[in-house]
Amino acid sequence: MKLKLHVWRQAGPAARGGFVTYETDASEHMSFLEMLDVVNEELEEKGEDPIVFDSDCREGICGTCGMVINGRPHGPWKRTTVCQLHMREYKDGDEIWVEPWRADGFPVQKDLMVDRSAFDRIVAAGGYISVRTGSAPDANAIPVQQVDAEKSMDAAACIGCGACVAACPNASAMLFTSAKAAHLNLLPQGQPERWGRVLDMILTMEAEKFGTCTNHGACENACPKEIKIDVIAMLNRDYMKALLKAG
Amino acid sequence: MRRVYSLYGTSVGKKYTMAVSGAIFVLFVIVHMFGNLKVYLGAEAFNHYAEGLRSFGEPFLGYEWFLWVFRVGLLAFLLIHTVAAWQTSRQSWAARGDKYKKQEKMVFHYASRTMRWGGVALLLFVVYHILHLTTGTLHPDFVPGDAYHNFVTGFRSIPVVAVYAVAMIALGLHLYHGVWSAFQTMGLDGPRIKKWREPAALLVALVVVLVNLSFPVAVFTGILQ
Amino acid sequence: MELRSKVPSGPIDQKWTKHKFDMKLVNPANKRKYHVIVVGSGLAGASASATLAELGYHVSCFTYHDSPRRAHSIAAQGGINAAKNYQGDGDSIFRLFYDTVKGGDFRAREANVYRLAEVSNEIIDQCVAQGIPFAREYGGLLANRSFGGAQVSRTFYARGQTGQQLLLGAYQALMKEVHSGQVKLYNQREMLDVILVDGQARGIVTRHLVTGKIEAHLADAVALGTGGYSNAFYLSTNAMYCNVTAAWRAHRRGAGFANPCYTQIHPTCIPVAGDYQSKLTLMSESLRNDGRIWVSKTEGDDRVPGDIPEDERDYYLERMYPAFGNLVPRDLASRRAKDMCDQGKGVGDTKLGVYLDFEDAIQRLGEDVIEARYGNLFEMYERITGENPYKVPMRIYPAPHYTMGGLWVDYNLMTTVPGLYAIGEANFSDHGATRLGASALMQGVADGYFVLPYTIADYLAQAKLDPVAEDAPEVRGTLEDVETRTNRLLALDGDRTVNSFHKELGRIVWDECGMARNAEGLKSALERIPALRAEFWENAKVVGNGESINQTLERAGRVADFLELAEVMCLDALVREESCGGHFRDEHQTPEGEARRDDENFTHVTVWEHTGADGPPREHREPLEFEYVPPSQRSYK
Ligand SMILES: Cc1cc2nc3c(=O)[nH]c(=O)nc-3n(C[C@H](O)[C@H](O)[C@H](O)COP(=O)(O)OP(=O)(O)OC[C@H]3O[C@@H](n4cnc5c(N)ncnc54)[C@H](O)[C@@H]3O)c2cc1C
Ligand code: HEM
Ligand code: HEM
Ligand code: SF4
Ligand code: F3S
Ligand code: FES
Repeated sequence: MKLKLHVWRQAGPAARGGFVTYETDASEHMSFLEMLDVVNEELEEKGEDPIVFDSDCREGICGTCGMVINGRPHGPWKRTTVCQLHMREYKDGDEIWVEPWRADGFPVQKDLMVDRSAFDRIVAAGGYISVRTGSAPDANAIPVQQVDAEKSMDAAACIGCGACVAACPNASAMLFTSAKAAHLNLLPQGQPERWGRVLDMILTMEAEKFGTCTNHGACENACPKEIKIDVIAMLNRDYMKALLKAG
Repeated sequence: MRRVYSLYGTSVGKKYTMAVSGAIFVLFVIVHMFGNLKVYLGAEAFNHYAEGLRSFGEPFLGYEWFLWVFRVGLLAFLLIHTVAAWQTSRQSWAARGDKYKKQEKMVFHYASRTMRWGGVALLLFVVYHILHLTTGTLHPDFVPGDAYHNFVTGFRSIPVVAVYAVAMIALGLHLYHGVWSAFQTMGLDGPRIKKWREPAALLVALVVVLVNLSFPVAVFTGILQ
Repeated sequence: MELRSKVPSGPIDQKWTKHKFDMKLVNPANKRKYHVIVVGSGLAGASASATLAELGYHVSCFTYHDSPRRAHSIAAQGGINAAKNYQGDGDSIFRLFYDTVKGGDFRAREANVYRLAEVSNEIIDQCVAQGIPFAREYGGLLANRSFGGAQVSRTFYARGQTGQQLLLGAYQALMKEVHSGQVKLYNQREMLDVILVDGQARGIVTRHLVTGKIEAHLADAVALGTGGYSNAFYLSTNAMYCNVTAAWRAHRRGAGFANPCYTQIHPTCIPVAGDYQSKLTLMSESLRNDGRIWVSKTEGDDRVPGDIPEDERDYYLERMYPAFGNLVPRDLASRRAKDMCDQGKGVGDTKLGVYLDFEDAIQRLGEDVIEARYGNLFEMYERITGENPYKVPMRIYPAPHYTMGGLWVDYNLMTTVPGLYAIGEANFSDHGATRLGASALMQGVADGYFVLPYTIADYLAQAKLDPVAEDAPEVRGTLEDVETRTNRLLALDGDRTVNSFHKELGRIVWDECGMARNAEGLKSALERIPALRAEFWENAKVVGNGESINQTLERAGRVADFLELAEVMCLDALVREESCGGHFRDEHQTPEGEARRDDENFTHVTVWEHTGADGPPREHREPLEFEYVPPSQRSYK
């Protein structure tokens, strides 16, 4: 199928970007990124700079890939990262716009690649359980209710891709932050540090130029791992409790 | 003090204060609506109610004391709600300096996108509304003390009704998202609440809008004279 | 090159305890004075960085990813083994040890494997305490499953995302130390060389992938947790960026490379769809529990699977191995699938695939049971292929998956270069000639949490480590080497893209050094690879500059290293005149087509020494002894 691609090209963080149009002939069996690989091969053959985009596992688990396709983070398929989107979705003659995540918390590094290290800093602020290596009690010493383990796992499934921020009209990082906090706050092991974790993670999130959550729910719709905004409610609630406990 | 500061110091805290003040407005709007329904019981009943608002709490409180306490409280919450809305909105606008150049309709409620401008519309409406029906400044035929008369004559002009109608649509949308949203913001999402909060928001919004709109309609159709 | 394994004396179950006691310690006040560089933030690298920092060392952790959490460990699905015996089914440290040695086809070092089994239990304790949401039973205790043909249920798992959850645990522990300032994190930095001073590893040279800056970083010791080299095959289940550069650069500076020909091919991957294919996707092995593998009995059969009647289907695994059927070990299942395709019976457009059919299982158990068991895998399959596996049989084909070979290390995980350590998949240590399912994760975290942090102290406490000036000749020299090489790559302005070289290399390695190897093919590969390498340095094209993100340049450097590694892989496969584990030589098989080991001549580790740019690699051997698990031939008939 013949496609017209409008791809955001931006030479560097400070450079001004713009769309550049490419035409390509794709097979329906290709993944979206393989389609871009082929475009890049052709650019390289012509001696032009290939389109910079990030991807690694290409099976929807590492969270490295991410771009906005026709206004949708990770493209049109539900529960799917862009590396798993396949060209079957498109038909001959389609025009496709491809842009990077747009959020001040995620500055563009080049073309479609953005810097998501803000997420790491949010985790560093409190998204862990302190346990000195080798000092842990027997793993079965603390039973965890199956429902809690499952709920925690639902939240822990977040791949840190940033699509929630990209989709949110406010560019808010609440879904990510809440998922990270909920994963630990739902487990008995996570209780001792719970309130401090909540405050520290939220304060760090605030410092990272993200917007505020007004409960749009667009993040949930874009999330490839179906993280539910229930985790946001939980973080809101925990924040109040944390303030009371912290005094 | 630190707690208060931390409460307001983050967007999560600001949102919480908005949810609390918003919830108080919702209660006010509902109570206000029931109060206004008394208009259907006739002039006497309605004027008695309006007077009751002023003499409420006598003899322990002075005349209109309660009303003033109430007004000051509402105003304070309005201030908080508005300032927090302004601050969080600015934070969010700044957070997406570069806009998407191509944006498909994102998948979320229309109501959620109208909160900011709908809120501004509501603010303007409240100012107008007080000048219209409480102080009478913008009311051509205002009779102090005769609430029923002011009410009914107030809705005899098409432009006025149009303003009210627009305001009620803004209110409906604000309530539809706001009621649900306040639950979410306050972390009230137990399994039972979760089932009810969206239908409840829709119900509140519909009832408030329909009942409030019934007043001008009743005036026009001659049911209220 | 001297290969001293440094395995402690004494009975196997006391070696590690004794060794821990015998090793020198660094006292707490002195730990602050030491600085360790860890390259890699996968399970091995992140867990090592976090633990070393907790102990008080200064740590610098490097990764080419934009976040430590992206390391390829994230993709492991199945689970992690441990000898907890929570199921009470007779598991023990000894049994796990025994199974792993046997699984490795008697080509691993017994003492290392025993230690691995020993610390496996501590791993689970540690991970649970960190908040890893492992699957639980109704009573709230940990659940286990059996994996990879083991006779006991010893695999711990977190849905199909065990690697992800383990890595997040290690990453979180790492980020905690980053926050406290004990670890300095360098992301988007690619390590391109090791700095040696007086023969000791004292630092690394990196390129900042965003700014292009080439920088030297100094330390008292360096540990590489940089993963495996399956991408030498171009197409593999590894992530796009996985590469051998770090290990290979270390090899060129004197670290011996062990058993490069030991690679593992996983039988159940989604087949290649076209030549634009960028990577292969693994489907969990568990599918073989309910799926039946078959091909048409006639060659070149173009009918759709539904039109092929039952009596014209060849359920070849069930036919050849009635006892194990579709559950034969990975290497057998892979090889038989290849045989079928070689005979022209392959299925799908490319004819490189066999059917994995759930029709019987669906009839027997119902679609909902199958959905409950494999729903997410079926969904993933459909997303990629567009075919609904509830209706038409899946197509599967083997793909390179894991590399048992790697930098040679002694019992302390130190390479042949003093002060240079290798951990996780980057080393060769514990799996012998093939790896059991759910054991790679175990080894990665064992190395990082429980082994390296102790053994490195022994080195630091005794080594003579004079301060190295930032402009010491060794530092400047290494920086210059890297700059020269980078500029040489940037100057390449031929006709062929870097990717086309990688693809061609992958083809050669897959055809001649893949599931089955023979002398003739390997010899031809040993001629074609150097020729391809020469062409690369003549005719490759690298666009863009070195001052900003340049993914072509990154890839070029990695492909250049694969072009060197591949040759040693083939050489290694050629000199190992036997079949063992993942290494199958056509010349060495039983009349039934099974692998035939040659214990008399090949019970050793082959270690390759780099002898300069043009010198041939030099072979060394570390003999292996089997005191506790006597070698036996396996049989699945
Ligand atoms: C699809 C798949 C499924 C698997 N499933 C299982 C399973 O179920 N059970 C199991 O036990 N094992 C499984 N494995 C194997 C296991 O996941 C890996 O062997 C293991 O995770 C490797 O961990 P590692 O820390 O050694 O390396 P990796 O996780 O690969 O980490 C390598 C790190 O090194 C960094 N790095 C590399 N080179 C450089 C450089 N030059 N400069 C800077 N940084 C560098 C990378 O950025 C990365 O951080 C699976 C593997 C695959 C591919
Ligand atoms: C003064 C004018 C007002 C402005 C500028 C304003 C603005 C806003 C904004 C921006 C929000 C956040 C949007 C969101 O949460 O999705 C909000 C929330 C809300 N508003 Fe208003 N509003 C105003 C008046 C009112 C009134 C009169 C009511 C009641 C009838 C009200 C009830 C609510 C409620 C219940 C919420 C939800 C709080 C939450 O989500 O946490 N607001 N308002
Ligand atoms: C059509 C719908 C409405 C009607 C008919 C109505 C009617 C009235 C009347 C008659 C008064 C004067 C009462 C008195 O002074 O005795 C009043 C006051 C007031 N109304 Fe409304 N109202 C309506 C909607 C609203 C809405 C939607 C809001 C808020 C969002 C609102 C907020 C107020 C406020 C704040 C006052 C002033 C109370 C005071 O301080 O005395 N009203 N309204
Ligand atoms: S919450 Fe979802 S969208 Fe956001 S980072 Fe995690 S996986 Fe991505
Ligand atoms: S879309 Fe944005 S507003 Fe909140 S619910 Fe999601 S973060
Ligand atoms: S590349 Fe890993 S999730 Fe897409």
